[in-house]
Amino acid sequence: MVDLALKEDATSKPATSRMPGNLGSDRTFRAISVSSAVAVLVMFTGIMAALIYGAWPAISAFGLSFLWTEIWNPVTQKFGAVAPIYGTLVTSLIAMLIAVPVGIGIAIFLTELCPPSLRRPIGIAVELLAGIPSIIYGIWGLFVLAPFVQQYVMPPVIDAFSNVPVLSDLFAGPPYGIGIFTAGVILAIMVLPFITAVSRDVFLAVPPVLKEAAYGLGATKWEVEYNVVLPYARGGVVGGIMLALGRALGETMAVTFVIGNANRVSTSLFAPGTTISASIANEFTEAVGPLYAPALVFLGLILFFVTVIVLGAAQYMLYRLEKRAGGKS
Amino acid sequence: MSAGNGSAHGSESVKVAINNLSFYYGKFKALKNITLPLYRNKVTAFIGPSGCGKSTLLRVLNRIYEMYPNQYAEGEVLLDGENILDRGLDVTLLRAKVGMVFQKPTPFPMTIFDNIAFGVQLYENHPKSELDGRVELALRRAALWDEVKDKLHASGMSLSGGQQQRLCIARSVAIKPELMLFDEPCSALDPISTAKIEELIAELSEDYTIAIVTHNMQQASRVSDYSAFMFLGELVEFDVTEKLFTTPSNKQTENYITGRFG
Repeated sequence: MVDLALKEDATSKPATSRMPGNLGSDRTFRAISVSSAVAVLVMFTGIMAALIYGAWPAISAFGLSFLWTEIWNPVTQKFGAVAPIYGTLVTSLIAMLIAVPVGIGIAIFLTELCPPSLRRPIGIAVELLAGIPSIIYGIWGLFVLAPFVQQYVMPPVIDAFSNVPVLSDLFAGPPYGIGIFTAGVILAIMVLPFITAVSRDVFLAVPPVLKEAAYGLGATKWEVEYNVVLPYARGGVVGGIMLALGRALGETMAVTFVIGNANRVSTSLFAPGTTISASIANEFTEAVGPLYAPALVFLGLILFFVTVIVLGAAQYMLYRLEKRAGGKS
Repeated sequence: MSAGNGSAHGSESVKVAINNLSFYYGKFKALKNITLPLYRNKVTAFIGPSGCGKSTLLRVLNRIYEMYPNQYAEGEVLLDGENILDRGLDVTLLRAKVGMVFQKPTPFPMTIFDNIAFGVQLYENHPKSELDGRVELALRRAALWDEVKDKLHASGMSLSGGQQQRLCIARSVAIKPELMLFDEPCSALDPISTAKIEELIAELSEDYTIAIVTHNMQQASRVSDYSAFMFLGELVEFDVTEKLFTTPSNKQTENYITGRFG
């Protein structure tokens, strides 16, 4: 059997032609993958064009002053985007302030401190948080979190800071329960899994020998994590944070439930506010008049740019960090 | 490089006394009742085929194995008379006394300066000017100063492999250890870098007690005063390097060093 095969092999000639089908499939494969890539670009520019087209009446009526006008008056058809932009940025900021340390903390716990038997259950629980539909976060936020915050968080905080300059303005007003702060908390919970999952994976990718070297110098767990593991994994962690930030900026349903939907800018974080996506979702059904609907589309266009700018800035920051630390070997 | 004038080991002073040491990876017994001295200011080489337990032995000496679950040691390792396997011992202080250099260079993701300063600052609080001095001294000891003095604030990862390895040696030297462990320090390096590291080990042995694991028989005979041949978790032979390589008393040792197996 073996001898026969060898003999055949020795007498056969080198290949002079291909099976015809294979060449064709290569071409098809190429065509499919190129058109898929092009489709993304077409979609991107298409959405962009549709937004500009839909917003055009508002763009031509208000121009750039839309960006710094606070009025939102459907009756007089005067619209400005300051309140939603402010709400979007501030809720995302609050979410990040909470979710980044907690998310990284969970990741460090899971990779370094947690007993191995708990590692999987906790990891899965955190990942499941990402799978809960946002409408459920909204309901939970409105019926559970908001009353809780109203009763147990807002009153003591308002009292505690009532005589401190600056802080008394940030935490002021009647405790409604709903508002910018509560929306930020809900967002923090929603984006937490992204930060934790990505951070955990990059922490696990840190070479064990690097950690051994740091422990070998007599460093403690905290010193190893802070000085060696975190800097080594920095790129990946920032990537996870950006993913989370992108989600926080655009999140609609849960925020709409708990933010209070008040179209104004207040210094107090406990006051109701609105975000771009919450405004659009809330008001589209009742947008009558020549400029109302275009103004909402204009808001959408702004969200598009805000997201691109924030994520771009984050990318740039990452690039600077990497450059300063030098390339990884 | 031979041990003094071929003196018997009794006349040397013992820095580390390993007594009846066994080591387990879970149920697997990787070291079997090892008893062995490491002499002060001498270089002791550990040779033997892969998996014989020589790296494991080094990892016991600074208790780095404790990072992993299900690894434990039995027996006694006396460093200047103190049992380092004692439960109550502060391992961070032990590791300040026992430096380790690994098979692959492991620069930390920070500047060259900080790579050295990091370890120093774990134990001592120095003003900036003194810290500069400590870093320079350590880099000079590792024969790296002239190559990096103009780029101390470049990333440690930007250096070549050989330079990175010397950076790691400098990092260990900076915290003034008493015992230095080298785990195949040259296996990832080119011959020129290897020669530099070997030269360095010889110099360092004036101040430190050194244990080195190597797969390279020539290297063992070049750098060490004493050699230990290990096989399947057991210590087969320990002697003055010259004697072990010329007239081994054990047949297994002879077979290994002459390349008949392993």
